[in-house]
Amino acid sequence: MANPILKLIAQRIALGLLLLLAVSVLIFAGTQILPGDVAQSILGQSATPQALANLRQELGLNDPAYIRYFRWLGGVLTGDLGTALSSRQDIAHAIGGRLWNTLFLAFWAAIVSIPLAIILGLLAVRYRNGWIDKTISGLALASTSLPEFFVGYLLVYFFAVKWQIFPGISTVYDGMPFLERMKAIALPATALTLVVLAHMMRMTRAAILNVMQSAYIETAELKGLSPFEIIRKHAFPNAIAPIINVVMLNLAFLIVGVVVIEVIFVYPGMGQYLVDHVAKRDVPVVQAVGLIFAAVYIGLNIIADIAAIIANPRLRHPK
Amino acid sequence: MSNELEFLSRSVAAGKLSRRDFLGRAAALGVAATFANSLLASAAKAEGPVKGGILRAGMQGGAATDSLDPASWSSQVPYFFGRQWAEQLVQISADGEPKPALAEEWGASDDAKTWTFKIRKGVQFHNGQEMTPADVVATMERHSDEKAKSGALGLMGGIASVKADGQNVVFTLKDANADLPFLLDDYHLMIQPNGGKDKPDAGIGTGPYKITVNEAGVRLGGEKFANYWRDDRGFADQIEIIVINDATARTSALQGGQVDIINRVEPKIVELIKRVPGVVIQNVAGRGHYVFIAHCNTAPFDNNDLRLALKYALDRDEMLQKILMGYGSVGNDTPINKAYPLFTEMEQRKYDPDKAAFHYKKSGHSGSVLLRTSDVAFPGAVDAAQLYQQSAAKAGITLEVKREPGDGYWSEVWNKQPFSASYWGGRPTQDQMYSTAYYSKADWNDTRFFRDDFDKMLFAARSELDKDKRKKIYADMGQIVRDEGGVITPMFNDFIDATSAKVGGWVPDGNQEMMGGYALSKCWLNA
Repeated sequence: MANPILKLIAQRIALGLLLLLAVSVLIFAGTQILPGDVAQSILGQSATPQALANLRQELGLNDPAYIRYFRWLGGVLTGDLGTALSSRQDIAHAIGGRLWNTLFLAFWAAIVSIPLAIILGLLAVRYRNGWIDKTISGLALASTSLPEFFVGYLLVYFFAVKWQIFPGISTVYDGMPFLERMKAIALPATALTLVVLAHMMRMTRAAILNVMQSAYIETAELKGLSPFEIIRKHAFPNAIAPIINVVMLNLAFLIVGVVVIEVIFVYPGMGQYLVDHVAKRDVPVVQAVGLIFAAVYIGLNIIADIAAIIANPRLRHPK
Repeated sequence: MSNELEFLSRSVAAGKLSRRDFLGRAAALGVAATFANSLLASAAKAEGPVKGGILRAGMQGGAATDSLDPASWSSQVPYFFGRQWAEQLVQISADGEPKPALAEEWGASDDAKTWTFKIRKGVQFHNGQEMTPADVVATMERHSDEKAKSGALGLMGGIASVKADGQNVVFTLKDANADLPFLLDDYHLMIQPNGGKDKPDAGIGTGPYKITVNEAGVRLGGEKFANYWRDDRGFADQIEIIVINDATARTSALQGGQVDIINRVEPKIVELIKRVPGVVIQNVAGRGHYVFIAHCNTAPFDNNDLRLALKYALDRDEMLQKILMGYGSVGNDTPINKAYPLFTEMEQRKYDPDKAAFHYKKSGHSGSVLLRTSDVAFPGAVDAAQLYQQSAAKAGITLEVKREPGDGYWSEVWNKQPFSASYWGGRPTQDQMYSTAYYSKADWNDTRFFRDDFDKMLFAARSELDKDKRKKIYADMGQIVRDEGGVITPMFNDFIDATSAKVGGWVPDGNQEMMGGYALSKCWLNA
């Protein structure tokens, strides 16, 4: 392959797929060592031994683990995630709606938080060590230091209970009008924004400040460019790789790490779905969700890597 | 009725006064609680149901894994939703009596072995089909079939055959059972078209509400079924259940007006919630109870003196105040309380460190006793175990408390380990409670209580149609369990729900939380 960028990208993707395969083994092994038994958990406290034996037989829990692994992997590769043990519903279908909800919430939280974080970061650099910088950093740190459930409860207390501006529970459903849906996710999206904002903002600020020490920035200053021009034209493009990295990490968090927020706001996303099924030992669902989360995480990291590669002029213009 | 009482009961009906406060005021006027309660119910009725609107409940106890197949129900939300869209042959009323539902009337042969139920005519399923005796028979067959994995399989075990005979359905039992109508109230035994054999989770029943939304673990909804057969329920046009498993979110949803009724208000926040304007706490004594269970056949608990020592070493009053904040009643080391039919009062066992020390010494046991507990055993079970540890220490008994993970507690600890914390939801009759957990051969004989004489008394009571004789047998059985059993019962818990002040028609029903499960069907929204 002539173009080194293409080669690097292909390498990254291949590595990612390999990693995903390894993760699938881990997930499968992990679900096998969960305490308790699927049949017992489905039938609950009131299970009779006879009903347990019937259910175990029917679920194929008596086959050896490696056979079940390959059966499962084969299904996943052909797009068949299997059937939920507890509700007998097609997993791919059930996850579809939940994944869409999670992505919807993550998308709007990202739309607000990423530009906001970067702009605040740029402002903090422009007025570094001044009161603007300190205020921005202080507030962002404060919002990050508060645990997310606390931020959530604060928002609920003021916006849902006291002033009753937004609903405190964010149940969304198919066919809900777009505006109502936006209203429903206002509070969880705000909570998520507050949680991820500081990390991205501080990384942006640090990355740009780092570049600001370089000789070419001094040159630009000597040329007489305005501080914003310097940041926009010279510092930001050179700091883009670490910023993309942190943005991707936070995007991944918005998709896979929002269980607590989903529970507090009763939002029907993937996290809640996963928790329900872990509690019921519904292994096929846990495996499927685990795999999707891993794929999202690995995928976003690949994108971050690729973006960093592309952003590097030495790789873009090889000698 | 005195003017003041009338004023008070109207205030409750209008949501201006809580039920508890009313009972307090009524007691101050010298009115017995039972009479005051019935006053309250009639005031609520006199106010008159309001039709229309959407009545919404926010509930704990639902998950994405829930199904509409009644055979599979084991948690609150599917059970509660089922109460609104489907019906059984018999339904137990708020005062604990079996009342006709899809069966118009019934009768037993003298030996209580053959029961005939006359099936109601002109009742429609939501798909337009008429409900027939054949559907009833098919339903019973499905729940008796081991392949259906029904939660009612145990109950059906005592039934030899179910046959249609014209408009009647005849149950022939293997052994006599005077309580069959109570058994048929079981929430799994919802009558479905062809018994649900074609599609168990089709969600088609005869209830007042027809399913419109079924997003398991998120949102469930129904609309009034136009051809519903009776007019004493189904007032709202639509009902909705939103699954809110987080207690704080549930409370704030009620405060914010997104739901009208919530279940499971935690005892420790009841006093706080009472102060919130527009919110009414609805608590009622039920049959559910918390237990510490000791295996009667496993050392060191196979020694009755040790069991008695442990029973005397428990400070029930303290636990009731600190764990349930008084929202309950103390237990007496049996699973039975006054909410059961045919109950006989026994001497209340009290915390007595001296007696505990005496029996402990007599048992000859030395060293510590390991008690396993967990957050999921019952709300506050970990704290309760620690209180128990302290009260036992005063009697010279060392309890070692081990906190087990909630994951797998029901499969690895409860009913396996010799001494652990747990709970029971209670059953409609003493027979069912004892048959489920104290009969030698019961699957959930979680105290490993094996007594031939007790089993014989259980069968004798079951086939006895004479109420006084039955009551006497149950009193004797209670005495045996209290003095020789492995169950240590600190308390019976109240069901604590909350409604907005707009909700009308609420009556105390101790059969289950949420008005015996009928809250959405029997309540209405005042404009």
